[in-house]
Amino acid sequence: MKVSYKWLKQYLDLNMPAKDLAEKIERTAVEVDSVAVAQDGLKKLVVGHILSMTKHPESDHLHVCQVDVGEDEPLQIVCGAPNVDVDQKVIVALPNSRIGGNVKIKRSKMRGIESSGMICALDEIGFSKDVIPKEWADGIYVFDDDVPVGEPIYKYLGMDDPIIDLDVTPNRGDMLSILGTVHDLAAIYDQQPEIKKPVVDEDSSLNIDQEIQATADDQLAKTYKLRVVEGVKISPSPAWLQIVLWNAGIRPINNVVDVTNYILLKYGQPLHSFDKDKINGTVHVRLAQKGEQLTTLDEDEHALSADDIVIADDDKPIALAGVMGGFNTQIDDNTENVVIESAIFDCFKIRKTAQRHNLHSEASQRFERGINPDGVQDAVDEAVSMIKQLAGGKIARGTVNASEYHPQLPTIYITAERTNHVLGTALTTADIKSIFDRLGFSSETHQDGLNVTIPARRWDIFRDADLYEEVARIYGYDNLPATLPTGRQSVGILTPTQKLQRASRTALEGLGFTQAISYSLTTTAKAKMFLMRQSEETKLLWPMTQDHAVLRMNMLSGLLDDVAYNHAHKVDDVALYEAGRVFYKDTADQIRPEEVEHIAGVVTGNLTNPLWNNHVSPVDFFQLKGMVNQFLVNLGVKGDIEYTATDQYPEMHPGRTANISIHGHYVGFLGQIHPRIAKQFKIKETYGFELNMQELIDLPKDDNQYQTISKYPSIKRDISLVVDDDVTNSQILAVMNKRGGAYLSDVRLFDVYEGDNVPDGKKSMAYSLTYVDPRETLKDDVVNTAFEKIKKRLTADLNAEIR
Amino acid sequence: MSLRDQLTEIKEKGLADIQQTSDLKALNEIRFHLLGKKGPITAALRGIKELNPEERPEVGSYANKIRDAISEAVSNHRETLENAALNAQLSAEKIDVTMPGKPVVQGQPHVIQQIIDQIVDLFLGMGYEVLSGPEVEEDKYNFEMMNLPKNHPARDMQDTFYISKEILMRTQTSPMQARALEKHDFSKGPLKMISPGIVYRRDTDDPTHSHQFHQVEGLFIDEHVTMADLKGTLITMAQNIFGDKFDIRLRPSYFPFTEPSVEVDVTCFNCMGKGCDVCKHTGWIEVLGAGMVHPNVLEMAGVDANKYGGFAFGVGPDRFAMLKYGVDDIRDFYLDDVRFLNQFSKRGN
Ligand SMILES: [Zn+2]
Repeated sequence: MKVSYKWLKQYLDLNMPAKDLAEKIERTAVEVDSVAVAQDGLKKLVVGHILSMTKHPESDHLHVCQVDVGEDEPLQIVCGAPNVDVDQKVIVALPNSRIGGNVKIKRSKMRGIESSGMICALDEIGFSKDVIPKEWADGIYVFDDDVPVGEPIYKYLGMDDPIIDLDVTPNRGDMLSILGTVHDLAAIYDQQPEIKKPVVDEDSSLNIDQEIQATADDQLAKTYKLRVVEGVKISPSPAWLQIVLWNAGIRPINNVVDVTNYILLKYGQPLHSFDKDKINGTVHVRLAQKGEQLTTLDEDEHALSADDIVIADDDKPIALAGVMGGFNTQIDDNTENVVIESAIFDCFKIRKTAQRHNLHSEASQRFERGINPDGVQDAVDEAVSMIKQLAGGKIARGTVNASEYHPQLPTIYITAERTNHVLGTALTTADIKSIFDRLGFSSETHQDGLNVTIPARRWDIFRDADLYEEVARIYGYDNLPATLPTGRQSVGILTPTQKLQRASRTALEGLGFTQAISYSLTTTAKAKMFLMRQSEETKLLWPMTQDHAVLRMNMLSGLLDDVAYNHAHKVDDVALYEAGRVFYKDTADQIRPEEVEHIAGVVTGNLTNPLWNNHVSPVDFFQLKGMVNQFLVNLGVKGDIEYTATDQYPEMHPGRTANISIHGHYVGFLGQIHPRIAKQFKIKETYGFELNMQELIDLPKDDNQYQTISKYPSIKRDISLVVDDDVTNSQILAVMNKRGGAYLSDVRLFDVYEGDNVPDGKKSMAYSLTYVDPRETLKDDVVNTAFEKIKKRLTADLNAEIR
Repeated sequence: MSLRDQLTEIKEKGLADIQQTSDLKALNEIRFHLLGKKGPITAALRGIKELNPEERPEVGSYANKIRDAISEAVSNHRETLENAALNAQLSAEKIDVTMPGKPVVQGQPHVIQQIIDQIVDLFLGMGYEVLSGPEVEEDKYNFEMMNLPKNHPARDMQDTFYISKEILMRTQTSPMQARALEKHDFSKGPLKMISPGIVYRRDTDDPTHSHQFHQVEGLFIDEHVTMADLKGTLITMAQNIFGDKFDIRLRPSYFPFTEPSVEVDVTCFNCMGKGCDVCKHTGWIEVLGAGMVHPNVLEMAGVDANKYGGFAFGVGPDRFAMLKYGVDDIRDFYLDDVRFLNQFSKRGN
């Protein structure tokens, strides 16, 4: 709501700079979006009087004007506006002036004729096109005759008035009006503004009952009032009224419509004016019928829904209630008799209608947030009085009240003790009472506290908590003490799950992975990649874009997006991990997905930068496997970690991917991203893993990490064997571990070789075996016996040739 | 030449030879030669038999002195030679210490994670527990139990990604208030919790909006918790995260689930309160929303609002990170450019 400082000053004694007032409002009531003075940034704009005018000899649309700007000599100004004419008072931008958009105006020649300045249209001095009255939309602005020549223009266009733009929260609908704002400022500054009741000069010859009838369903309109003015003459509004409207961001239309908008601003009560002669019969407030159509004032046609409230006459809808009037009954230049509607419509229905038809008007905004039931009559009374004043005519005696509602004013009991208990203050009952006095809430002492009666204009207040807020803000949040809670103690501690999640992050970071956070919402195609279990996708009903339409069922695809982003920015060494949720649905019927914690990572390029002494090679499967394995060891899940070759993931390299299980539980996979997928993401050779973190959290942990280190020397034996290509390391290890004897403590693969001296289809693998006895020094012959046994079993079980 | 003179000559020549030697091997040979069984001292002493018995002990003792002198000279000279050799080696080993060290591998926590951890650690220290809740939430918890019935105008403030009529992507971490209140047994102590997590809004991504961002919800309910306690708690948080010089101020605001509701501003990072373009010349920057939990919220969760009450707050770690580090585009947090992420590696602050 754009509030005029000048308008507020009509009610309140305010003399601080507008900026200070705005800050006070912000600290005590509602947020302020901006404080703007339209003339700021403009320079040397004065009222000019066009003394004479001739056609430009070289142009068919330019005119050469002699303009009196209050100096000794008139200025010669070339003007191209279609409506320029002799004897007009106009906006003149003098030489070296500054107009809207920070444009400087200099003396110049226009097609050979000297022009000392410029005659301006409103949009040229910074007016938004949305508020310029139609008559000035396509040409220069012309002042009333009584404006003094040579004076700066600002005051005559309201451009000197600071406009405070309030960002009114949904609960403070009362602040969407000048009077509501005045009431709040009165409380803040402890003043008693005088707000006069309108007096209506009714014409005894006209009785409302004979002029118009109305019916209203009070479920749709709690209050529905109509008044009538007959014999008006439609014309543009006087300048002062136009200024009020355009400063509030509303386009002036004519002297009837402008009055309704003025009342809307002043009271927060939306009004609507109908051309009485276009209404056929009785006015009805009812729900629209299916199939009904209405063309609104903006000339858009709307197919009405059976949930829309409409105003209708005996045969057609004539307005979309509370949202926008109908084109068919609008006030036009020939309107003589007007009906003014002042009502309270159901806020929920108005909200739905405004959304459904995408018509968010000043009126609908106010109906949605609530209307002061005590202002409905005053608003329509003041409206008809103003119309009579500005457009003439006679006011019919009385008001049609098709429905009427006066709420029981709520009385709320509060005590100083409870107020202090909530706020942490030390206020007395008298302190609190004086705050309510300032707010204009009447209060009476009752028992230990106060019975506070809430005026109808503050319909946001209906329980004690609401009053604590009123006390707190008027008392001032700066005056609240700052303390820390005392009372019952508690221990703050992370749960085992949270500790493990934290440990998992630091472990991966220590291994070189930087934490990424990518989007959970992705495309259908990406959501379905790298599936670790069967799952249906979870889709948004109304996504903003197809890029973020489906909940992810894997983490890797998001990380691949990250790799792609980095690659596109010439960063080819990437090691990222992400901990987050994936969303699974067992069946398409299931609505709410299961949320499962996953952790995943990707590596591509080099882990470190190549340097003079750092010779790097790009990451490969085994690099990633080493990292993942160390990570799993760090988590301390009980049981052996096993890797088995798999080609089950269409997005992974079928020959370079392993499923990971711990103690027989499948926990995830690692491997090379399928080259086809890498190409699709436009990335280079990339390796990735994804683990079900929830599973890792749930699996039992190995608490016992300590074993005595043997004090006795160990004995090493190396073995080199040639086996068929398809014999795996894990098969060899299985044999060794099973047949290695009690003292075999470690087996390490230190060489793999294929080529010269190894027959085709075979490979040579060399292992280093460590034997140790924790209780005594091992004897060579014990080791020899055990070693010979391993050799024999390898030959027998795997057809290995020992070298 | 007397035997004594012979010995003196042997000594002087020997000492001179030792001093002239420049390598350890030769030094050892000299020592071996002089002091050995076939050496000149031994040879000279063969003539001791020809001396008077009275003279013998004196010459014998003189010979021993000479042996000692030679031994000492050898050992001194050896040390000199060894030092010289070590110095030569050290000077040959000199390197350019200004050349770069070998890179090591180290990843970083995401900057938003760092802010969240900082908040979590602070509140753990103040006795809060940490809860996490579903990102796919029921309308009931996200809105209705937060005092936002269907058709409530404040629902316009947050456009929502719905999955069905009743299921949605949570727009705030506040539903964790309702979930925690429903479960908590107040006979066992106060409810003090924080709940960090991802939230979603139906927004178009731009420098200041992201359809996905983070929140940390805070809630403290007990028999006597005041708005002054809220103010003190928020000051503690602001100073812990941003620094001791930062102050906060409260402004009235509106959230359906708190009453009174406040918007919390913190001293402008850019100008430290003097006023600048960043803070629109107010010296303050809005950082979070807070308030006293609305009695309706307590009652809907089955908590006696006459007996229990307290405060709640909602913090945006994305916004905190933007302010703290001067990041001007929220989307940078979700692109995962490693050059961006790896900057936040200073653990000391
Ligand atoms: Zn600043």
